[in-house]
Amino acid sequence: MSRSFSFRKVYGAATVIAAITFGGLLFALFGDGIWDELSWLAFAVPLAVLIWKITGKNNHTHVE
Amino acid sequence: MNSLTAKTVRLWYRIHKWTSLICTAFLLVACLTGLPLVFQDELDQILSPHVAPAQVPIGTPDANLDAMVATAQAHFPNLKPLFVAFDDDEPRVFVTMSPSLNPKPSETQALIFDRHTGKALEAVRPGRSFTSIVLRLHREIFAGLPGELLMGVMALLFVIAVVSGAVVYGPFMRKLNFGTVRKDASRRVHWFDLHNLVGIVTLTWAFVVGATGLLNALSTPLFGLWRAQTMPVLLAPYHGKSAPQHLGSIDSAVAAATKALPGMTISSVTFPNAVLTSPLHYIVWTKGNTPVTSRLFTPVLIDAETGQISAIRPLPWYLRAIEVSRPFHFGDYGGMPLKILWALFDVALIAVLISGLYLWLSRRRTPVEDELDRLVSFEAVTVSAGALTR
Repeated sequence: MSRSFSFRKVYGAATVIAAITFGGLLFALFGDGIWDELSWLAFAVPLAVLIWKITGKNNHTHVE
Repeated sequence: MNSLTAKTVRLWYRIHKWTSLICTAFLLVACLTGLPLVFQDELDQILSPHVAPAQVPIGTPDANLDAMVATAQAHFPNLKPLFVAFDDDEPRVFVTMSPSLNPKPSETQALIFDRHTGKALEAVRPGRSFTSIVLRLHREIFAGLPGELLMGVMALLFVIAVVSGAVVYGPFMRKLNFGTVRKDASRRVHWFDLHNLVGIVTLTWAFVVGATGLLNALSTPLFGLWRAQTMPVLLAPYHGKSAPQHLGSIDSAVAAATKALPGMTISSVTFPNAVLTSPLHYIVWTKGNTPVTSRLFTPVLIDAETGQISAIRPLPWYLRAIEVSRPFHFGDYGGMPLKILWALFDVALIAVLISGLYLWLSRRRTPVEDELDRLVSFEAVTVSAGALTR
C-alpha cells in the first residue's frame, strides 16, 4: 500500500507529463491537420508546466 | 521505489554523475548545433536562395536524366557522377559530382536541373552551405566516421544519464512536492530544484532524441554491414568482371525500377561505386508514398551495362528501424509549430546540462551520496513506522 502511494506522490506528475509528451511524439506521425494540432497541444503541456512552476511564486513545501 | 536501498541509490547516482559528466561537453555541442538544424530547410531558403524551376501543368513528364548527367559531366570534366537525386519539395534534379568514390562532403559539387524542362538551373557546393557545416559538427564534430562513432558513444552515455537521472529523481524528491522551486534558498538549492524540474519535464523528449541520435550514429557502420553481407552474394555471378566501360541509360534504369515497383516513388539513383555500393550496378532508391513508408527506402539494383534488374532488396530491419526513427530525432514531421516546440525543448535541455554542470562544480565537502543516504534512511524509517501502525 505505502509503496504504490509513494511512487504516485513522487513520480505521479512526471508520469502524466511523460505520457502526454509521448502522445505528442506519436500524433504528428499519424497524419496532418488535426493530428498535428493535437501534437502541438501535447508538446505545449510540459513547456507550460515548466513556465508555470519556474515563474510561480515560491512554492517550497515539505510533505512529511 | 522504497525497494531502492541506500546502496543501489548511491550506485544509480554515481552512474548519473559520471555518464553526465563525460557526455556534457559533447551534448552541449549537439544541442547548440541542433537548434539551427531544426530549421535547416528554412535557413537554406534564406541563406542560399535558389533558382526556381519552371511552373508547368500537372502531368508534365520528366525530362531526360541521361542528358542532365551529360551536361553535368561537361560542366565538371574532372569529376565523376556520384548520384542523381530528385528534390522532395520542388521539381528539381541534383546531379552530384565527385573527385573520388568516397568523397568528403565538402569535395562534391552539384548541378541542379529543372525536372520538367531539363534546363540546368545552377551549380552548388552541397557540402559548403552553413547548415551542412553545422550538421557535420553536430553529427561527427568534423572528424568523419570516428567522430560519428564518438558522438554515438556520447548519445549512449546521455541515454544512460537520462534513465539514471529519472531513477535518482525519486529519492531526491521524496520530501518535496512536484515542481518545487526554492527561490529563497541558496543558489545551489535553487539550481538543484531547476535541474530536477526541467530534467523530469523534458525527460521523454530527451530520451527519444538521445536514443534516435544513437541509432543515427550507427547508421553508417550498419549500412556497411548490410553491404558487406549483401554485395558478395549479388556480385558472385560477375566474378572476375571489371567495372563497366560504358554505363547504360539512367532513364532506362529508372523505367525498369518504376515498372517493377509501380507503387513506389523514385528518390535517387546511385552510380556504380566500388567503395559505397556496387561496382557494377546502378542503385535506384525507391520509397513509399505514405507518411511512414515515404521514409522506408527499397533499393533496386540494376546491372549498369545491360539495364536489367539484378535484385530488389528491402533493407534489413535494423536499417528500416533507423529510417523510421529519423523524424523523432529531427522533429520535422509536424509543421513549423512542432519545429518551434522542438527548439524550445532543445533550449530546456541546454538548461539541464548547464545546471547539472553547475551542481557538480559547486559540490560541497559533504558528498551528495551522504545526503542521499540520509534521505533514503529517513524514508525507510517512516515506511517501517507506517507499516507498524497499520
